Amino acid sequence: MTMTDELYQQVILDHNRTPRNCRTIEAPTHSAEGLNPLCGDAYTVFLVMDEDKVIRDVAFEGHGCAISKASASLMTEALMGKTEAEAQALFKAFHEMVLGKGHENSCLLGKLSVLSGVWKYPARVKCAALSWHALKSALDGEAVACTEDKM
Amino acid sequence: MSDYPIERIRSDFPALQQRVGEHPLTYLDNAATSLKPRSVIDSVRHHYEEDSANIHRGVHTLSERATREFESVRDRMQAFIHAAHREEIIFTSGTTAGINLVANAYADRHLSEGDEIIISHMEHHSNIVPWQMLRDGKGCVLKVVPITDEGELDMDAYADMLGPRTKLVSMVHVSNSLGTVNPISQIIEMAHAHGAHVLVDAAQAVPFTSVDVQALNCDFLVCSGHKLFGPTGVGVLYGKRDLLEDMPPFLGGGDMILSVTFEKTTYNRLPHKFEAGTPHIAGVIGLGPAIDYVTQLGLDKIEAYEDELLEYANAVLSDIPGVRQFGTSAKKAPILSFLIDDIHPHDIGSVLDTYGIAIRAGHHCTQPVMQRFGIPATARASFSIYNTREDADRLGAAIREVKALLS
Repeated sequence: MTMTDELYQQVILDHNRTPRNCRTIEAPTHSAEGLNPLCGDAYTVFLVMDEDKVIRDVAFEGHGCAISKASASLMTEALMGKTEAEAQALFKAFHEMVLGKGHENSCLLGKLSVLSGVWKYPARVKCAALSWHALKSALDGEAVACTEDKM
Repeated sequence: MSDYPIERIRSDFPALQQRVGEHPLTYLDNAATSLKPRSVIDSVRHHYEEDSANIHRGVHTLSERATREFESVRDRMQAFIHAAHREEIIFTSGTTAGINLVANAYADRHLSEGDEIIISHMEHHSNIVPWQMLRDGKGCVLKVVPITDEGELDMDAYADMLGPRTKLVSMVHVSNSLGTVNPISQIIEMAHAHGAHVLVDAAQAVPFTSVDVQALNCDFLVCSGHKLFGPTGVGVLYGKRDLLEDMPPFLGGGDMILSVTFEKTTYNRLPHKFEAGTPHIAGVIGLGPAIDYVTQLGLDKIEAYEDELLEYANAVLSDIPGVRQFGTSAKKAPILSFLIDDIHPHDIGSVLDTYGIAIRAGHHCTQPVMQRFGIPATARASFSIYNTREDADRLGAAIREVKALLS
């Protein structure tokens, strides 16, 4: 498979063209910004979690490349209705996948596995992980995630 | 250009002989760093294989050979930029180090609170941050000459900024992200009329156009070896001798002293006063054949060839709907910054790479330029002496593929 086929699969191209949940949530219970200072890409992730720690709404906003945008879009789809603990587990599984380490949690990933080839392209790992680091910061109560600190 | 020996030049660069995946390499990232001719690689290898020794203090044969070779590069660089004296050539680790040296050893001593430094909106971060650090430490004022929509300096605004408090103008000769060739001679003359000194960032200029520091009458000039077909980690600071002599050393250490006791150290003469520690000997030695290569080819010929190449590449890009160029000055180096529709430059770079085409995607260490044009980043194709019209055609064809995939 060529790099173009592997990185830019139809699902990714589709989520880049029509990103899901790409909007602002006015009163989120959790939110954080993800920054990649090397390329200037930036996303904000918003969450609304209920008393039972279930994610009732999730959205993202910002700018970046096709990989980062599709990853953010796919992330919001995957998170909807998940509990906080499930979201944390999903972050861990996704992070391991894009770094090419460990597959014991890969069963959690479902559709997100379209990004499984990213680990072969080190320059693009941070793109795929950007919104996920913002998610992690939002869950942990931090305001900003910077890819340079995280990876 | 029929008398331009493009085939020979291409065969002199080993890196060009490779394929990336199934495609021949199309190297269009020359503004980031240039490829190296075999003569440069051979001289570095020769140094490590035959003459590996420290310089300036050995009494043995190897050290003498290494010292002779090292110092001969100072002479070749002096001739290359037409400096009046060989000791005006200070070897550094690169352009960034040269600017920091001037900021610390010259500006820190000569500028006081309220004094003004003028830079431009198209500077590389390396010609912004050292002056901000100085400003914050000393309370100087940093003024920024705006740029036009074409990516040219607003010379009227520059004229208005110059005044009695202007002490230093630090300006780029050729912009790394826009390609603009600034009217550096005029910039220097105007600054001197106000009694200010001028530092020229010539990192992108030296591989493209002939630079004569005496004709320009600049006070300082900095450049890097690796953009001039030489090794990374080596560069040059040129300074007028009287200015350099008046400056304190920047780094203290070995080689920059005449004598040391615990009571008193006497500094070495120029240029060694500014070359503390063991330098990148092999890098400087490798820079010699790089200078020779460009000199033998002739910068007039290079500039004429690259002007034609730029014109051709411009036409290729203008022909593709949705391609927007940034930096459209009439006088440009062959550096094309562009966007395609609303496709992110990283995606452009990734897809071009699958066609063996190397470009740069990002802000090119010029974030203020990106802010000026209201964009986060650009894709940048930069041509050099070994590039051809076929390279521009390959770029054009691949851009159409990018559009088909991502638009």
